Amino acid sequence: MTMEIDRREFLKLAGMGGVVFLSGLGGQPALSFAGGKSKDFFFVQLSDSHWGFEGAKINPDAGGTLIKAVKEVNSLKQKPDFIVFTGDLTQTTDDTNVRKQRMKEFKQIVGELDTKVVHFMPGEHDASLDQGATYKDFFGETHYTFDHKGVHFITIDNVSDPTGSIGEAQLEWLKADLAKQKQDANIVVLTHRPLFDLYPQWDWATRDGSKAIDLLRPFQNVTVFYGHIHQENHHMTGHIAHHSAKSLMLPMPPAGSMPKRQPIPWNAAEPYKGMGFRNVLSQSRKDQYQLNEYPIKEDATV
Amino acid sequence: MIKRTISEINVTSVFGMVAVFCFVTVFGIACLGASSQDGAKIIKISARRFEYSPQEITLKKGAPVVFQLTTEDRSHGFNIPSMNLRADVVPGKVTELKVTPQKAGKYDFFCDVFCGSGHEGMSGKITVTD
Repeated sequence: MTMEIDRREFLKLAGMGGVVFLSGLGGQPALSFAGGKSKDFFFVQLSDSHWGFEGAKINPDAGGTLIKAVKEVNSLKQKPDFIVFTGDLTQTTDDTNVRKQRMKEFKQIVGELDTKVVHFMPGEHDASLDQGATYKDFFGETHYTFDHKGVHFITIDNVSDPTGSIGEAQLEWLKADLAKQKQDANIVVLTHRPLFDLYPQWDWATRDGSKAIDLLRPFQNVTVFYGHIHQENHHMTGHIAHHSAKSLMLPMPPAGSMPKRQPIPWNAAEPYKGMGFRNVLSQSRKDQYQLNEYPIKEDATV
Repeated sequence: MIKRTISEINVTSVFGMVAVFCFVTVFGIACLGASSQDGAKIIKISARRFEYSPQEITLKKGAPVVFQLTTEDRSHGFNIPSMNLRADVVPGKVTELKVTPQKAGKYDFFCDVFCGSGHEGMSGKITVTD
């Protein structure tokens, strides 16, 4: 059954829970969407939950924030078709057994999501110390594609290599996959690190990300959703839109706004500020995507 | 007091000479004087989780330097985006980067090879003076 989303219902959704409504109509970069081929649908982007992180000055509810986010997503009136989780599911550790335990706990928590189709990908905290070995045991391949209602999704792994690179083998894989797509195909790329040089001084880049962008550039309708920087950022490389998501554990300051890259301390007056998740409406009729940003609610519990 | 025989001293001396030769071979001429063959000042930087030693370096504008990078534990990165300079620092190898600072100011360097839970804070600063 095709889900057609009424715009008034969408706006009503956007207004719940103190949501900040971001729309392509408001000047934010949006996907140029080829009309007539895709069906409208929602998906939710969750990112950077860093399960296992400890630091009361940064997040005194480190053990509860992800759980609250699950509750929030489950409370959405319009259920998403699927959920994407753009990396750093867990906090890194040198101890393989601890890493396994964190991934096990994470998987149990997100197993409470009503939406059963969840697409995962690793961040450097999940995969860089063992080249993704433990991650693969729990969540499967680190790069893959899937199609949904006329949109071709490509998940790119730029973290299993600790240098923050995609690597030639995966770039060849990407090239081969794109060779099967038409130039006006609707393509969404999911990844962890920004593919462009957002702020290399803070390692907010992918070493060979420009090669991926070069491969994507011939396609007219490409949007990238990513994590890593723990805040919203909207950027265009030519006609390709890049949208980063907030974290579900610790917010980070804007690039270069502080001498060092450090998390923003917890503010008891504004708990969970800077954390949240995103609901994405793929809206073929409007030829663009619309993004809703959702905060974490203090009273949300599972 | 320990007395050494002449033969022992000779063996020690020969061993010492060999050791110096090996050291010079591996580390260039840094151990003999802090400059390279072309006169560039040699700056030795050691990396380990999650810090560099030294963390703060002062250079003079227009004076060429060679960074000699080593690691005490695992692979790290050394990246100075503002100087368009970077290298992988891998165990068992001395990595050299040559640069002549062209502009006074402060330049951050950091590890760009993920190395663990303190990776994000592994950084240092270069000050270039007139």
